[in-house]
Amino acid sequence: MLQNVRILSVLLAFFPALAWSEWEVNMTRGVTDTSAAIYDLHMIVFYICVVISIVVFGVMFWSMYHHRKSKGAEPHPFHESSTIEILWTIVPLIILIVILVPATKTLIQTYDTAESDIDIQVTGYQWKWRYKYIGQDVDFFSVITTPSDEIYNKAEKNPNYLLEVDRPLVLPINKKIRFLFTSNDVIHAWWVPALALKKDAIPGFINESSTKINEPGIYRGQCAELCGKDHGFMPIVIKAVTESEYVAWVAEQKALKQKEASASQKDWSMEELMAKGEEVYNKNCSACHQPTGVGLPPVFPALKDSPIALGPIQDHMDIVFSGKAGTGMSAYGEQLSAVELAAVVTYERNAWGNNVGDKLLPADVEKLKGGK
Amino acid sequence: MTTQVAETGHDDHAHGPAKGITRWLFTTNHKDIGSMYLIFSLIMLFIGGSMAFVIRAELFQPGLQLVEPNFFNQMITMHGLIMVFGAVMPAFVGLANWMIPLMIGAPDMALPRLNNLSFWILPFAFSMMMVTLFMDGGGPNFGWTFYAPLSTTYAPPSVTFFIFAIHMMGASSIMGAINVVVTIVNMRAPGMGYMKMPMFCWTWLITAFLLIAVMPVLAGVVTMMLMDIHFGTSFFDAGGGGDPVLFQHVFWFFGHPEVYIMILPSFGVVSQVIPTFARKKLFGYHSMVYAIIAIAVLSFVVWAHHMFTVGMPLAGELFFMYTTMLIAVPTGVKIFNWVSTMFKGSMTFETPMLYSIAFVILFTIGGLSGIMLALAPVDFVYHDTYFVVAHFHYVLVPGAIFGIFAAVYYWLPKWSGKMYDEGLAKFHFWVSFVGLNLTFFPMHFVGLAGMPRRIPDYPLQFADFNMIVSVGAFLFGTSQLIFVFILIKTLRSGKAAPQSPWESAEGLEWTIPSPAPYHTFATPPKVD
Ligand code: HEC
Ligand code: HEM
Ligand SMILES: [Cu+2]
Ligand SMILES: [Cu+2]
Repeated sequence: MLQNVRILSVLLAFFPALAWSEWEVNMTRGVTDTSAAIYDLHMIVFYICVVISIVVFGVMFWSMYHHRKSKGAEPHPFHESSTIEILWTIVPLIILIVILVPATKTLIQTYDTAESDIDIQVTGYQWKWRYKYIGQDVDFFSVITTPSDEIYNKAEKNPNYLLEVDRPLVLPINKKIRFLFTSNDVIHAWWVPALALKKDAIPGFINESSTKINEPGIYRGQCAELCGKDHGFMPIVIKAVTESEYVAWVAEQKALKQKEASASQKDWSMEELMAKGEEVYNKNCSACHQPTGVGLPPVFPALKDSPIALGPIQDHMDIVFSGKAGTGMSAYGEQLSAVELAAVVTYERNAWGNNVGDKLLPADVEKLKGGK
Repeated sequence: MTTQVAETGHDDHAHGPAKGITRWLFTTNHKDIGSMYLIFSLIMLFIGGSMAFVIRAELFQPGLQLVEPNFFNQMITMHGLIMVFGAVMPAFVGLANWMIPLMIGAPDMALPRLNNLSFWILPFAFSMMMVTLFMDGGGPNFGWTFYAPLSTTYAPPSVTFFIFAIHMMGASSIMGAINVVVTIVNMRAPGMGYMKMPMFCWTWLITAFLLIAVMPVLAGVVTMMLMDIHFGTSFFDAGGGGDPVLFQHVFWFFGHPEVYIMILPSFGVVSQVIPTFARKKLFGYHSMVYAIIAIAVLSFVVWAHHMFTVGMPLAGELFFMYTTMLIAVPTGVKIFNWVSTMFKGSMTFETPMLYSIAFVILFTIGGLSGIMLALAPVDFVYHDTYFVVAHFHYVLVPGAIFGIFAAVYYWLPKWSGKMYDEGLAKFHFWVSFVGLNLTFFPMHFVGLAGMPRRIPDYPLQFADFNMIVSVGAFLFGTSQLIFVFILIKTLRSGKAAPQSPWESAEGLEWTIPSPAPYHTFATPPKVD
């Protein structure tokens, strides 16, 4: 008895995840009309497949049991029958047509192109998402926030492990939202299971999809197209709220923008810039250049002791601002605010043993931004 | 007149193989080349399998434990490429080499020197591909489907070697395929009309045509990549007027027929094995042949079912959804025919039969999940999740690989003249069967629950199933060592096999002694 308990507890220890996991085995029904239609279609086809398997495997197991040599079965010589062969060509065809009718309807439903209430441009970057509310002056990046200590098993994993971001995509419920997908580098795919929406984000092209969320809540998803090293680490979080909350949120975003703009006029000290720079660096740059600045050569160069980080500040600023076409190094001039740009460049010149000692002021970056 | 007779007499007289390594380097004998292909494929199976071990070990628990994401991506890429081009395809060519001449009563393959070349390209191609893992920046890390621009502009520098390796593999496959076509068309024994040909030859004939049709397309797409990377073109770069989606269209125009290349010869194998052990003729021979041809033709018009989420127009989605559904009809005919062959037979369950029955059952499961995937709107959810991984492993592992196992156990007595250990072989079967289902069935669940494929780490709700999957994978992987042990044991101490070890096996291969002499059918047999 004790032995059994011991074995059981050893077995359980093998499943430390038991506490977190729900043993989920099926697709979610989701929170939109389309996702519900897709779920229903999935279930219909699933049951049809189950029935087909029962029939086919039933006949097979029955023969395997009854028509065994060890039971003295004699082989029957029949080996052709046009009738039955035609029958089992036609019947599956009919079943398929029966499935295709609702499938076609659902597909047409997902292609709904009626007027939308809100348009959002979703851009994939290696390895984060950018959301631009068209016509609203709201435009931000959404980056994973799972600490690397959790990823490297140095800290306990939180329940939203790998599915948490700094700034979720906030959407109102009961409004028709149209997404325009594109990418800045390689192909990504934006996928949120609760919306049953998956669409490729392709560089140089724009894909369109719409959705209308029925229930408020937080819905999480992940990138679904292999897009390089951190493909597993670019989640999507949607916060679906009521219309009034949404309006308040938009206003808040605009106020935030204003505050940022005035911050660049302030005179930043070296310490302030370094502190801010570290934060910006770890959020935007460390995936490629690594937290310690050593990079992953030859694809992602080191910044520690790099000639650019130690050379003229103008050149350093230029590459961060304009990026380098055709590499992972995108143009950060349009992604980061003046304060963030100034801080990250200053940080790179004075961290990890780089010791240039100079700093870049947000006001100078502002000038550059105006100039370009 | 007399001199002529004397001369042919001289050419004909049976001489054994050359001695030492040159036997293998310079051989033009279809049996030697067949064996080399099969051994090569087994080695590749273990290399690709150890990469799967790395993948499953990393995914055993959430978090990053063993490898870095970039190396993980190299592992999934290499695993896929090695299994497809290194394990499954060469194994089929090996079976074709051994069996097609024996089944159609030909003395050898029609183009023996080409045969030697097509084999010897492979070790070089795969060595080149694998050394990229040790190059600066690592090996290919963009998935076996190598979508641009991840595989062009954003690829590691070693991608050029990868492209060259693919070219070499393609050249090898095309040569092998031409050889099969020429052999089957020209060298059938007198009296063996096409409609009397063993089913394995039929499936290989169609496979060979598929290979000849699509391998150049693969060569084309990697050449376009090469041009984009080194010669300033922009086939796949929107910035220069190209289109990344074009890559996917060209790739899948090769890729979908390719998946049939990896299954049709297995269809052929089970169509040989099931009648033998059911002691009954194959049901519906003619409709089987027509079904293969229908599948092959249709396989050229379904490719974009891999691309439902790239943003095709509605009409395109509908077209590819309908054609894909259509391909399930001839596939169903084949399954029904196998079941009818068993029906009212007199069955015994030797190892080749066990593998064939498992093939029919598990391939059907893979086919049914294929039908689910073919429905475009639902595929928006399934696509690029573990559900797809489950689907293609159900058609490839119990499909292609079990077909190969069935073939090896079925014909090993003929090849080696020795019987394998039936008890051990059944043990190998049952461990593989359990391991396989433990590995791949739960993948359906995590896929539906929302786990994307090709990720080195996953959210916590997928943890339990992933652990089961990993345990299954370790079981399945290690159980293949039993197979190697069985092979060695058979060759060293197997009982002598009779000319026809199976009670009611039919076909020319069973009319020659076991082991098959180095030269067979120097004078063609008569088939009536
Ligand atoms: C997706 C990967 C990626 C990210 C994220 C990234 N970089 Fe880079 N970075 C690169 C690559 C690739 C290069 C090399 C470009 C080239 O070929 O010259 C580079 C080059 C640089 C260089 C020039 C270094 C040298 O010695 O040539 C600097 C400076 C730099 N990056 C700064 C940054 C900053 C600041 C950030 C964050 C705001 C950042 N990078 C984020 C990939 C990245
Ligand atoms: C009834 C027949 C089949 C149907 C209807 C079918 C359908 C599909 C569909 C629609 C996909 C794309 C899924 C997605 O990416 O979203 C797919 C993927 C795949 N199928 Fe099948 N399939 C069938 C049989 C086979 C066979 C016989 C094989 C090979 C032996 C095969 C191998 C694959 C592979 C390798 C993939 C994944 C490719 C990738 O994205 O990496 N399938 N199948
Ligand atoms: Cu991705
Ligand atoms: Cu396909």
